[in-house]
Amino acid sequence: MIRKVRQHISQNEALLFEETSPGKAGYQLPELDVPSVDPQAALGAPNVRVEIEGFPEVSEVEAIRHFTRLSTWNYAIDLGLYPLGSCTMKYNPRVNEFVARLDGLAWAHPYQPESLSQGALEIIAELESALLEITGMDAITLQPAAGAHGEFTGILLVRAYLESQGNPRKKILVPDSAHGTNPATASMAGYSVQNIKSNAKGMMDVSSLARLLDEDTNNEIAALMVTNPSTLGIFEEDIAKVAEILHAKGAMLYMDGANMNALVGLTRPGDFGVDVMHLNLHKTFSTPHGGGGPGGGPVAVKKHLEPFLPIPRLKRVNEAWTFDYKFPQSIGRVRAFYGNFGVLVRALAYILAHGGNGLKNATIDALMNANYIRRKLEPYYDLPYDSPSMHEVVFSDDRQSKQGVRTGDLAKRLIDYGFHPYTVSFPTIVHGAIMIEPTETESKRELDLFIDAMISIAKEIEKDPKFVLQAPYLTRTSRVDEVTAARRPIVRWRPQRTSSQAAD
Amino acid sequence: MSSYPEKFVYTKEHEWVNAQDGIATVGITDHAQHELGDIVYVDLPKVGSRVEQGKTFGSVESVKAVSDIYAPVSGEVAEVNDSLTTTPEKLNEDPHGAAWLIKVRMSAPDEIKKLLSAADYQSYVGAES
Repeated sequence: MIRKVRQHISQNEALLFEETSPGKAGYQLPELDVPSVDPQAALGAPNVRVEIEGFPEVSEVEAIRHFTRLSTWNYAIDLGLYPLGSCTMKYNPRVNEFVARLDGLAWAHPYQPESLSQGALEIIAELESALLEITGMDAITLQPAAGAHGEFTGILLVRAYLESQGNPRKKILVPDSAHGTNPATASMAGYSVQNIKSNAKGMMDVSSLARLLDEDTNNEIAALMVTNPSTLGIFEEDIAKVAEILHAKGAMLYMDGANMNALVGLTRPGDFGVDVMHLNLHKTFSTPHGGGGPGGGPVAVKKHLEPFLPIPRLKRVNEAWTFDYKFPQSIGRVRAFYGNFGVLVRALAYILAHGGNGLKNATIDALMNANYIRRKLEPYYDLPYDSPSMHEVVFSDDRQSKQGVRTGDLAKRLIDYGFHPYTVSFPTIVHGAIMIEPTETESKRELDLFIDAMISIAKEIEKDPKFVLQAPYLTRTSRVDEVTAARRPIVRWRPQRTSSQAAD
Repeated sequence: MSSYPEKFVYTKEHEWVNAQDGIATVGITDHAQHELGDIVYVDLPKVGSRVEQGKTFGSVESVKAVSDIYAPVSGEVAEVNDSLTTTPEKLNEDPHGAAWLIKVRMSAPDEIKKLLSAADYQSYVGAES
């Protein structure tokens, strides 16, 4: 039974381009009281746009209503459970926003003199030390703008260090459960990628890893990139052993911190042998992740990689913070100024609002919520790996696909129940993956609504799979043609009269 | 159930090879296209580039995921099936025929001896799914 939502009226909406009336505007300008100048003469003809074809001309209230109406069609973390979890976006506490909008921070300018930026620099320094304590690492840069950027920075550090040892090496190992950005990063940094298969427990196989390193007689392996817990939500229980095997051959362990929401306050990568890692402030540390960012992808390293960190780095001189550029071995800048400062402010607000115990409790709640869902849904959905779940649980659609209903169909039916779909078909090593990450934020009431919805769908599939295959029923549009959209995308809207050309 | 041509050999990564006169025609198997679902984009190497057995040489993108394609043999790319860039759906329709991906001038023709026969591949995917 659908308990969370009911149908209600929402307004139809045309494109803003279609609402246009020539000459309409949302502003009034006073009469020109200075001599009129020909813009083409003043700026040069190529710099002046003569005509903007089809630019919408609407009043202020029309523009406001247009976007407000569109926003009512949306599903958001502020409306309910988002089973994509911290990996996509967890709840953004309002205290973060309050702090980030304080005038002195919101209006700070990166070219302000250091003497007038001491508060901002102190925030950066505080965040650096908090993240070092949380990760157990020795040094950190907050410059990278997001996770993939952090990975790239981290692997450049590995390369710079190995080069300083005389051999940058050739290969990076990546488990088959990895995020797609890991092999992409390795390849961007000039390494070739070797995949390693997961074992039946969904973990890296230590003995085959050891064999791989033994066979690497020319020392070609530079590093292993691992996400821990993995994308299966499983903690690599032999991670310390993995680090030992790599270190014995001078190779390094990189940790993708995308799933750090499962570890904060419980265990530290620096303590289980990680040499370099990135964090996603827009995942674990609750900064906004929607609308394309900006994000934050700090990279933390052990002592031996510190000389290579991006410049500038913060230094305390005579009771004041200053930027230090004198690191001759540094890989250089990876981002203008000092990262996405507004995001750093929010992350520190999150950390301080929780405190150490609060962060630990948040982690425990995240693990408990995921395991509660696992326990409740196990009778209805197939669990391909039964190793203990951390902050997320991955089912497969094996049972449902026998009725012809795949994970993507199930997800579409879930929309009718008032929930955003879970992560569909990822990780790819699970056939028909159903990945659910509730995060720490959700109450038992919300979790129960979600669980009831998933159970109800499983029962619908047993009774009438065809019904589920037509879902969603309660949305404005039902099954959109995602295949044609991907194969023949039309990315620019054109006025009606030329729409036949646009389709060409 | 699909049938796998006897004259092809196969990889565990779900590519097929048809080797004739030193030229290997390479594609992905029917099992692969079925698992991927609707294929929307294919990324292939340029003619003249080198591929190495077991290394990736391109990727296929479906509505669900992007997957690497691994070279079943080593050599130089002699021909590329450019029609797939505009009609990737052919990979779903005729994976063992019109939707071949590349032709490779083999540098080590013996490599194909390491690959699976049609019967072995059939039992491999039978076990996997």
